[in-house]
Amino acid sequence: MSPRADDQAEEVVIEAEDLRVWYGTERGPVRAVDEVDFTLRRGEILGLVGESGCGKSTLGRGLLGLLPEGAARDGALRFLGTDMLTLSRREQNRLRGRELGMIFQEPLTRLNPLMRISEHFAETLRVHEKGISKDEVKRRSLQALRVMGIPPTRFRAYPHEFSGGMRQRLMIALTLVLRPSFVVADEPTTALDVLVEAQIIRILHDLRDTFDTSLLLITHNLGIVAEACDRVAVMYAGKIVEIGPAAEVFRHPQHPYTRELLRSTISLSTTGLNFIEGAPPDLTTPPPACRFHPRCPDAMSVCATREPPALDLPGGSRAACWAAAARHDLVTLDAEESAPLEREELSVADEA
Amino acid sequence: MPTKPDPGLVAEARDLSVHFQLQGGALSRLLGIGARRVKAVDGVDVQLRRGEVLGVVGESGSGKTTLGRALLGLAPATGGTLTYHPTSGGTQEITRLKGAELRRLRTDVQMVFQDPSAALNPSMTIEEGVGHPLVIHGIASGEDLHQRVVAALERVGLAPVERFLSKYPSDLSGGQKQRAVIARAIILEPEVLVADEPVSMLDMSVRAKILQLMLDLKNDLGLTYLYITHDLASAKYFCDRVAIMYLGRIVEIGPTEEIFAHPRHPYTQALLKAIPEPDPDRMVPRDLPRGEIPDAAEPPLGCSFHPRCPVATPVCGWEQRDLKALLEEHWVRDETADYEAERATVGDLDGLDRPRTTARLAGKDPAAVRAVLDSVRAADPEEPLWGGVRAVEERHGHLEVDFVDGVDPPLRASHGVEVACVHYGADPEWPAEPGEPGEPGS
Repeated sequence: MSPRADDQAEEVVIEAEDLRVWYGTERGPVRAVDEVDFTLRRGEILGLVGESGCGKSTLGRGLLGLLPEGAARDGALRFLGTDMLTLSRREQNRLRGRELGMIFQEPLTRLNPLMRISEHFAETLRVHEKGISKDEVKRRSLQALRVMGIPPTRFRAYPHEFSGGMRQRLMIALTLVLRPSFVVADEPTTALDVLVEAQIIRILHDLRDTFDTSLLLITHNLGIVAEACDRVAVMYAGKIVEIGPAAEVFRHPQHPYTRELLRSTISLSTTGLNFIEGAPPDLTTPPPACRFHPRCPDAMSVCATREPPALDLPGGSRAACWAAAARHDLVTLDAEESAPLEREELSVADEA
Repeated sequence: MPTKPDPGLVAEARDLSVHFQLQGGALSRLLGIGARRVKAVDGVDVQLRRGEVLGVVGESGSGKTTLGRALLGLAPATGGTLTYHPTSGGTQEITRLKGAELRRLRTDVQMVFQDPSAALNPSMTIEEGVGHPLVIHGIASGEDLHQRVVAALERVGLAPVERFLSKYPSDLSGGQKQRAVIARAIILEPEVLVADEPVSMLDMSVRAKILQLMLDLKNDLGLTYLYITHDLASAKYFCDRVAIMYLGRIVEIGPTEEIFAHPRHPYTQALLKAIPEPDPDRMVPRDLPRGEIPDAAEPPLGCSFHPRCPVATPVCGWEQRDLKALLEEHWVRDETADYEAERATVGDLDGLDRPRTTARLAGKDPAAVRAVLDSVRAADPEEPLWGGVRAVEERHGHLEVDFVDGVDPPLRASHGVEVACVHYGADPEWPAEPGEPGEPGS
């Protein structure tokens, strides 16, 4: 756990290019993740936000290869330069746990009620690091517990003797004790109380100082992203519609979906209720061109006919939106293309 | 005590308690010992005024849901009174209602649940489910029933209605299900809605829609809401008044504006600071209280919040469990502390698990134990617990720590709100007199 060297900080841990994940359903293939591009550097925390059903969890699991039977991945996904999609199942298994970790939402269902915490740690370490000594197991476990704020006196306790927040800390400690390079945390604080959630967010935020881990934090809570993440990716209908530095994206959202998502969030500064009309589309039959156009208040006629390219914008973020591109003079649209889109009236029946 | 019925009052709890008996193991039940009681609601005084939205805010285990359920007669009161004043006049004592009377109450007081998927019967169509209350209470049938269901669905925005009548809950999105739950709640034309976390399981983008619907319904139908939530941000927008609950008690109550502009109780202040803020220009540095909500079966002595309180005073109720937590925290935080050696000196901490104002440390060498305590204190002299230590003495070969007897502060008026904290409304000397009549027999 040496302090990060500068060149190391620039090291790309995860690189996804044109990544696609789909699975078969009775109604046809669902393209839950569609042509996603992003990179994650060492020690970086990337927040992934969007409404339910936009493919956030599928992307998170797809990155780790934890997809159900019947799901497939395509495109390119490199972990520290290794192409993950061509690895055999066995080679993938070897990376998981040790190099790739996952933190789930419900900690109690992930801990064995009959095993002491010490046994959880011993099992985890022995499976992934063959031949590790007993003393080393204890030393590493206690250190992971300490970082998570769990007293060493509780090392031999059982899972039920811990509170909800403590259990989630245990899960995080069990993931991090292997010092993985990349961790996916899927809604890690959703089941927790406000104060405990804030404690966990702080721990996640401080992770890079201790473990040098890159983190993909999946959440529907934009406030958490603003507080804990370096960058944020906004997903809509299987695509990343905007990605960039968290402060920049929240201050100057470029994609109308990002902007409307922020406006509909109820925070302490909320003075009026705003919401996005309609609901995310069924991913078996997504809308053509820009998938957000049926709900977009800024939609132009081009949005319904041509898919917007993802373009780098001056503020440092990248967005796939015709309106944003035109605003920054990156594309030129003729009068017909930029005419406001005639939209069908949305009935409440289509509302979420 | 007969009082003039206040026309503005819909319901009123006075010193309301809902305690649950915990079943111990077979042996303890046989011997009648160790039966523990969870004080889910513990001596709550609160008024619900006609037409208002009263927010009850707290973390899980604070008793907010039990308080809401008590209003529907779903949680048996073990003490105090809970009266309901219908517009038709008269007064009903909810805690004493049974059978038919209780069912009649529910045509006036209805509930919206947190999880819409669990609140709707999966084998009933939306038409059957939403109309079910009318059937149960024998209010409508046939065409009348159908018409009322259609009207209720239209009111909650599930239109065109034909698209929903024959659907099953599983065909609906989360927001649509919650609309159906609300339709079922208003179909009896109630006066009061108890809404228990009605939006917390929904997507952010849907929450605002449901809250807007609830506000519209309130204005159109003249409803009164008891809005139960852990989400302060939505409470700030939605409520006229807010009650902050912690471990079965209301610790602060008052007009929403005042509570959010000038939070007084340290717990309210902590909750407000903990809300993640999406606007990067409004973020504040976090100063989080330690720990989590304690065991409601054996709450802390004195003020329940004192173990987590950053501004706790010597009289806030320090006890031996706090000393145990402090030692554990010390071993987590101070990397230079030699945990193995200090633990061996201090001895097993399991003896410090009961609420007592004298802590006897198990270590066999009192002088060495004292040295450890001194080093813990030196590592963080600002720790408020030390102010509550009255004496550290060697007795019977062990080191014992005596704490000052704590005060359990009652709700007291302070600048337009009521706060239960020794920092407000009390004599600045913090007189060591028992604040509120406790539960001596329990």
